[in-house]
Amino acid sequence: MNPFDDLYQEIVLDHYRSPRNKARLDNVPESMVHENPSCGDSIKLEVTVDEAGKLTGVRFDGRGCAISTASASLMTEKLKGLSVEEARAMAKRFIRSLRGDDPVEALDNMGDLVAFKGVAQFPVRVKCATLAWHAFLLSLPASPAGA
Amino acid sequence: MGGRTVEDVREDFPILDRTVHGKTLAYLDNAATSQKPRAVLDAVRVYYEHGNANVHRALHALGEEATAAFEQDRAKVQRFLNARSKREIVFTRGTTEAINLVASSWGDAFLKEGDVILLTDMEHHSNLVPWQLLCARKGCTLAFIPLTPEGALDLEAAESQWTDRIRLVALTHVSNVLGTVNDVKAITEMAHARGALVLVDGAQSVPHFRVDVADIDCDFLAFSGHKMCAPMGIGVLYGKEQVLDSMPPWMGGGEMISAVRREKSTWNELPYKFEAGTPNVEGAIGLGAAIDYLHSLEFPAIQAWEAELARYALARLREIPGLSIYGNAPDRGAVISFNLGGIHAHDVAQYLDKEGIAVRAGHHCAQPLMRLLDIPGTARASFYFYNTLSEIDRLHDALLAAAEFYA
Repeated sequence: MNPFDDLYQEIVLDHYRSPRNKARLDNVPESMVHENPSCGDSIKLEVTVDEAGKLTGVRFDGRGCAISTASASLMTEKLKGLSVEEARAMAKRFIRSLRGDDPVEALDNMGDLVAFKGVAQFPVRVKCATLAWHAFLLSLPASPAGA
Repeated sequence: MGGRTVEDVREDFPILDRTVHGKTLAYLDNAATSQKPRAVLDAVRVYYEHGNANVHRALHALGEEATAAFEQDRAKVQRFLNARSKREIVFTRGTTEAINLVASSWGDAFLKEGDVILLTDMEHHSNLVPWQLLCARKGCTLAFIPLTPEGALDLEAAESQWTDRIRLVALTHVSNVLGTVNDVKAITEMAHARGALVLVDGAQSVPHFRVDVADIDCDFLAFSGHKMCAPMGIGVLYGKEQVLDSMPPWMGGGEMISAVRREKSTWNELPYKFEAGTPNVEGAIGLGAAIDYLHSLEFPAIQAWEAELARYALARLREIPGLSIYGNAPDRGAVISFNLGGIHAHDVAQYLDKEGIAVRAGHHCAQPLMRLLDIPGTARASFYFYNTLSEIDRLHDALLAAAEFYA
């Protein structure tokens, strides 16, 4: 595949055209909006956790490019049902492999998220693909061990 | 241009031959930086192969030659801008550094708490943030000339918002987003009649048409070499001699001094007072070669071809369903910002890149303007004299295909 088709894989385009769990989140205050200053994209999240510490739902609102919209949409599906710590670990793993801190092959074991493997070839777009995940990490309480 | 066709002129630019993703490069990001002709590349190479030495210091032949070349290029810039004296031409790293120089030196020396700096709603961050920093240091405030719906400056509003605390008007000559050409001469007249100085950001004007500082009568003008065929890292601050003379030095170091004692120093004469350290000699030589090159093409011809490119591009882009163009001022340059329906500008630019077409996407270092337009960003096609009508046709066709791809 050429790099462009690698970037905009069918599953990415599908989540861009029909984002899952996207809603108007007027109840989330402006102060919780997470922005990518390099492109003006912004996102806010609503994360609900049950008493057992499991994520029962993640919804997002915002405006962004196809990559950031698809990544947010896929994220909401992947995180649902995980414990807070499992979700935190997944977000960190996803960000690390796209940023090049870990080999990008780590995405091969992350289900549909492998669709973002092509983003690693476009350093400027890594921020787009990780915007929602950074917003998610910031929405969590600090981890006990600071890990 | 200079009796040559655009196809012939393109031969001067080696980079325009290259391919991108298997397609011939269509470089439409000239407002960000221009490509370089062989004449400039050769001048820089020849300087390093034959004449490299530090300037204003050495008594050997190479040092004298380098100093002479450096000073000849300063004189070339002086004639190019129609400045009165070489003393009014300060070499800087670029427009940003030139504006920061004025904000730090003139601003710190002469502005007081409560003074106002008048900007406009279409400024690049480089003509906004230095003034914000100055305000934080000195307790000054900023005011902004608003825009008309077409994206021109609302000069009536500027008249009515005038206060006697306005000490400086700092504005762009040509908007890097809207393409609007501002009537800087009229604004200078208005400001001078009320006792304020004027700084013109010429980054998007000096490369495209003759800018005559004597005619405009502005107190400062800043521009960058790299947007006008010269290397990166060289730019110019023009300042009226009596204003520059009144200003304290900005950076300290070699070259800018006259006598240095352990506790105190005295300053070199203009313009060296503002040129601390070894200057960018290579850049100045490249800038001189770029000015010669642009003169060889003749500015009226450059301006006429760019006007034709702008006219044709606007017409072709308006054929595309759902495409919005930002900025419709009567006097405009060949810079066109647009969005394609609801498709994010980064996605548009990525698709165009696949087709070998280079455009810019984002906020164009003008976030306050994006906020006013209520958009996160735009795609922007910006042209220079080496662009062709067929490149605009390729842009048109690729945009139609992009609309289909992201639908």
